[in-house]
Amino acid sequence: MSSSSESPPPRQFWRGSRLGATFTLLLCLPALVPLVVIVSAAFSPEAEVWAHLAQYVLPEVVANTVKLVIGVALIGGTLGTGLAWLTAMCEFPGRRFFDWALLLPLAIPAYVLAFVAVGFLDYAGPLQSWLRDVFGSSSWFPRIRSTGGTIFVLSLAFYPYVYLMARSAFLTQGGRALEAAQTLGYDRRAAAWRVAIPMARPWIVAGIALIVMETLADFGAVSVFNYNTFTTAIYRAWFGMFSVSAALELAGVLMLFVLLAFMLERRSRTAAHFSSSRDLSREAPRMQLGPLARYSAVCMVGLVFVLAFALPIVQLLFWAFTRAMSDLDARYFGFVARSLFLAVSAAVVIVAASVLLAYVLRRRPTMLTRSVIRIATIGYAVPGTVLAVGILVPVILLNNFLQDLLRSWLGASAPVLLLQGTLLTVLIAYLARFLAVGFNPIESGLQRVTHSIDEAAIGLGVVGGALLRKVHVPLLRTSLATAATLVFVDVMKEMPITLITRPFGWDTLAVRVFEMTSEGEWERAALPAVAIVLVGLVPAAMLTRRGAHVA
Amino acid sequence: MWLELRDVARFFGVRKAVDGLSFRLAEGSIGCLLGPSGCGKTTALRCIAGFEPVDRGEIQAHGRVLSTPDFLAPPESRRIGMVFQDYALFPHLTVLQNVAFGLHRLPQSARIKRAEDILATVGLAEHRSHYPHQLSGGQQQRVALARALAPEPELVLLDEPFSSLDVELRERLGTEVRAVLKSLNATALLVTHDQQEAFAVADLVGVMSNGRLEQWDSPYELYHRPASRFVADFIGQGVFIAGEVVGAGTFQTELGLMHANGRADWTNGSQVDLLLRPDDVIHDDASQLQAEVCQRAFRGADFLYTLKLPSGARVLSLVPSHHDHAVGERIGIRIEPDHVVAFERR
Repeated sequence: MSSSSESPPPRQFWRGSRLGATFTLLLCLPALVPLVVIVSAAFSPEAEVWAHLAQYVLPEVVANTVKLVIGVALIGGTLGTGLAWLTAMCEFPGRRFFDWALLLPLAIPAYVLAFVAVGFLDYAGPLQSWLRDVFGSSSWFPRIRSTGGTIFVLSLAFYPYVYLMARSAFLTQGGRALEAAQTLGYDRRAAAWRVAIPMARPWIVAGIALIVMETLADFGAVSVFNYNTFTTAIYRAWFGMFSVSAALELAGVLMLFVLLAFMLERRSRTAAHFSSSRDLSREAPRMQLGPLARYSAVCMVGLVFVLAFALPIVQLLFWAFTRAMSDLDARYFGFVARSLFLAVSAAVVIVAASVLLAYVLRRRPTMLTRSVIRIATIGYAVPGTVLAVGILVPVILLNNFLQDLLRSWLGASAPVLLLQGTLLTVLIAYLARFLAVGFNPIESGLQRVTHSIDEAAIGLGVVGGALLRKVHVPLLRTSLATAATLVFVDVMKEMPITLITRPFGWDTLAVRVFEMTSEGEWERAALPAVAIVLVGLVPAAMLTRRGAHVA
Repeated sequence: MWLELRDVARFFGVRKAVDGLSFRLAEGSIGCLLGPSGCGKTTALRCIAGFEPVDRGEIQAHGRVLSTPDFLAPPESRRIGMVFQDYALFPHLTVLQNVAFGLHRLPQSARIKRAEDILATVGLAEHRSHYPHQLSGGQQQRVALARALAPEPELVLLDEPFSSLDVELRERLGTEVRAVLKSLNATALLVTHDQQEAFAVADLVGVMSNGRLEQWDSPYELYHRPASRFVADFIGQGVFIAGEVVGAGTFQTELGLMHANGRADWTNGSQVDLLLRPDDVIHDDASQLQAEVCQRAFRGADFLYTLKLPSGARVLSLVPSHHDHAVGERIGIRIEPDHVVAFERR
């Protein structure tokens, strides 16, 4: 072949690896700097601040967080596993519908579910008012703004994480494992406990670890409940006490909890990877339930669906319509426009960064590249409040440093710098938090463009830009769209980072929801919340479509 | 009689997955259901295991009724072991724990002892503490076999046990599995679409097509005395040539007179088709009978020639590989019809 000496050797079409390495290292900074700031603050505590925290803040916050995490992990984990067992292993009327409908709660952010629940179930809400009309009193009704209420609502919001994981474990191996155990002399009930559930354990634990991480990171929902956790304490330290070091110390302690959940998640995912069996073309037949069991299954599944999705949506729409006349004004469209602007900008920035990282990894699939990328994408595990504070602190330091420099040059006429209040800071924080969301689909998409595909194309004379245009872009199109959509939706829903780092006046839909709910104006929070939920339905629909292939 | 099926049928809606299946399997023998994919062999196996009910007929083992349309003994009480196509090993248990899993009725020490013994039988004693994902495909397969055999089931079912292994390993393991089953005097039934596998492992083979059992016989009989055209086509290679009945069990063909089984209702002059295997057609330079080579496949020890007869009909001939003839050449052939089988002309 004479042409092989003329055409560039494969893998060389993407040039400038040194540039790529530089960018990769730069992309680590948004996630790495906050962690360094927090760790260094943790190792040099201000005695006075620490004493105050230890005496007045930490006891309540730690106790609350532990109670909340254990409660939500237990109830959410049980709900998710139980529902997955029913829809994956059993047959009952409506199973096909509930199979995907049980994922729909993913579309409702926890803080929206929280304010709808509080608005609906609180003393002044429609349910208790009705109870008082009928029975004369509703004092026996449990208080919703309590530890139990918070756990209940967060469990309903987060169970789909366990549901998804457990369901795929049961579907891919549960039925066959049951049959194997039966041929070894176990009846179905014993086989379920001895085999199917232990086999699914790595998946279930990974799902529970995700629930724990989401619970630790939650800010909006616990704010609605006035339930003090680390995230709300950090927010109050930042805005209420104006104490940077208190916020940083709290963030450090919170990160210890997060680290535990993170390690649990990593470990179970590895275990799940090892124990995953071959894909089976055929499922084992589902269990036929007796009449009583069938009826209970429908009731159980239906109840969760109604509580976690149907009822909140109806209530939300009802409030939104009652308020639409007065609130659907220019201000509202301002919130929408700012949310859209931030979400689109973040999607563009993060998809571009992800493509760059994915190509660097493809060219240099070394341990070093992998580790660097792992650092760059670690932000998904870091709660938004922690990330926001961890990014603002160095930005403010940098700002003050530059300000002093300008003053020393220009004297009193120096312009006032305010780096911390720019959109750039917001976008950097988003980049740190959501890079993994964009990177994962793009990286797995690029894995399908194998080097032999490149070589085949080069062998046919398609090289350089043409190779990218004719081969890579068409193959990556779906992954790029998935990545952009997921980032877009996550940014639309995002609350704490936006709240803490936004420039003055940059109120988004989520910020509006926060402001209305902190004043107890549930009805007025509904209109912006509806927009967020509508956008959130997109990835939920994508998940259910993918789930349909498994089922 | 260890296993007996009488007129078993299983329908999925209008599709008859299994229809009128009857056969018997004696203690200590290895049977096989062989057929193309979708012929109902796996459904039959699942009926025997108790994972599928039967819509007609009866399944008995050791004189106990296992399945009728009104009764379905639960799989766990059938004393039937099963090796699954994907092995279905429990990923959270070690090899030893997997094998001991079905021994829950024994005390702890006896369980370990029994599991260790059976692991030694399949040659995996040193892998007892490994997890399934640490083993090769062939080793996983042997663990699955050991796990199924450990509780001393009355019958072992093997569902396409070698389909996910590569060809070389398949042949070796087939022989090994037969040796293990025979050494334990186990009664076994396997299901496969691979004729080589069926012949290597089983004493008795049933050929299935469209849910029906075409023939239940020894491999030798299946090859040389196929009961139907489907069996004749599915098992081995061969071609049909035209013939005419000229007497009881005697047929006139363009290759001369041949003797084969006949049917009582055939009269002289009836048109039939005769099955000729490649080993029935012998290359002989001295023969008057000439045929033209129209395809040749070199297979190492021999050539498989496709020969065109003067009438245009084609026959296959297996010839030692030093007889190297080019396409288009005419060579002499002779028929050695030991086992010619005649079928009614379609």
